[in-house]
Amino acid sequence: MAVTGIILVLFLVAHMLGNLKIFTGETSFDHYAHWLREIGTPLLPSTWYLWIQRAVLTVAVLAHIASATVLAVRARAARPVAYAHRRKIHVNYAARTMRWGGVIILLFVIYHILDLTSGHLNPQGDPANPYGNVVADFAPERWYVTLFYTLALVTLGFHLRHGAFSAFRSLGQQTPAGERRARAAALVFAVVLVGGYLVVPFAVLTGLVA
Amino acid sequence: MNLTLRIWRQRGPQDKGRMVTYPIQDVSPDMSFLEMLDVLNERLILSGEEPVAFDHDCREGICGMCSLMINGEAHGPQRGTTACQLHMRQFSDGDTIDIEPWRARAFPVVKDLVVNRNAFDKIIAAGGYITAPTGSAPEAHSVPVAKNNADAAFESAACIGCGACVAACPNGSGMLFTAAKITQLSLLPQGQPERYTRVIGMVDAHDEAGFGGCTNIGECAAACPKGIPLNTIGRLNRDYLKATAKRAGTPGS
Ligand code: HEM
Ligand code: SF4
Ligand code: FES
Repeated sequence: MAVTGIILVLFLVAHMLGNLKIFTGETSFDHYAHWLREIGTPLLPSTWYLWIQRAVLTVAVLAHIASATVLAVRARAARPVAYAHRRKIHVNYAARTMRWGGVIILLFVIYHILDLTSGHLNPQGDPANPYGNVVADFAPERWYVTLFYTLALVTLGFHLRHGAFSAFRSLGQQTPAGERRARAAALVFAVVLVGGYLVVPFAVLTGLVA
Repeated sequence: MNLTLRIWRQRGPQDKGRMVTYPIQDVSPDMSFLEMLDVLNERLILSGEEPVAFDHDCREGICGMCSLMINGEAHGPQRGTTACQLHMRQFSDGDTIDIEPWRARAFPVVKDLVVNRNAFDKIIAAGGYITAPTGSAPEAHSVPVAKNNADAAFESAACIGCGACVAACPNGSGMLFTAAKITQLSLLPQGQPERYTRVIGMVDAHDEAGFGGCTNIGECAAACPKGIPLNTIGRLNRDYLKATAKRAGTPGS
């Protein structure tokens, strides 16, 4: 879980930083999207790097889901008879929503790829003009799209908050002081990342990016 | 106080079991939770009914026998307290209290509220000890132990093996117990020779017993009557990573 999660987190950071290029203007953003397809050329043929990255991410996502499934199945088997009185929850909500949260994020990613990568669900859907796609996508009259993105990203934030802490712990974080630091770092990371993603749709919504 | 108790009754391992409601009157707030159950049992016996079976021994929070899920909380609402040390003043007149056994595949119900915690013994048998006889306590200064390590080992050694961590864990994992038993040894000089075979043996025994996997949620540490901290599991993880990287095998090999 921790290792595949870290690969996905690296992608999330890079993707967030890339998205922020939207604030540098249309030509620059479109040029960035074009560049993504040219990374590694002339060593690699055009778009090869992108496809390698897509393959790595797909393998990481599948492995992440596979280990989560193993854990969920074990958890089910470990408690065949449920409590009549629901167990009280003492610790954070984030840790308790990892499984369903993960499913929601997966559905979001599928929708999101059909929206902004393939363009099928995008009102513009022009592969040569990702800037225009983003602007069309989050236009004020399509507020429900922005709302869905926001909900998905908040879910992602919860997922990352516990996920990042849990990865530290699984990889051997072991002191109480370190635990406080790891929890704080995970929280800050989740908030910054979600914030960094959310500014884009909200900038379009408020007309800052047009 | 007058209370309504809803208690899990199960005649034996094969019986399906059910919650049964018992009203109980004139409970003193100064009674312990188990004394309250004693009073109920006296009344059940007088009226010719089968008393409620529940585990207990020391009744002073040190043996780890008592094991009651009270209103969905392992050992009841008071933190850092075993069910035997819980007092009725934690409840109010008119309350309904649900009492259930620990729920885990690895802890099958024997009768009513009594579960079989043999799975914990299997984990200990897989390496939770020191093979070489080390004699009586050595002179305190002959083997120096860093204060931090001594404190952390002592903290882990406080585990009474009650199983509340498993009962409270959404994954039904016994990792807090396993981690406590591993780190009380891995932090001390006596535990070093078998440190890395121990962790593999005990984690394997834990998994084989049918406990769930740990996802670092932390309900265990919140429920633990002895305050075993969650970071104990981090110590276990680190030993486990080192052990799998360096050397593997079972204890004694
Ligand atoms: C408001 C937030 C987001 C915006 C504005 C955004 C925007 C975009 C855009 C414009 C693309 C197409 C890039 C291109 O084809 O050149 C894209 C692709 C993608 N995004 Fe996002 N994204 C956001 C959040 C996320 C999140 C939270 C995730 C993951 C959990 C994610 C995962 C992906 C993936 C997997 C791709 C496909 C990459 C590929 O083509 O290989 N995105 N995004
Ligand atoms: S770790 Fe705590 S809850 Fe678990 S068995 Fe030991 S004392 Fe009981
Ligand atoms: S009866 Fe011994 S700890 Fe509760």
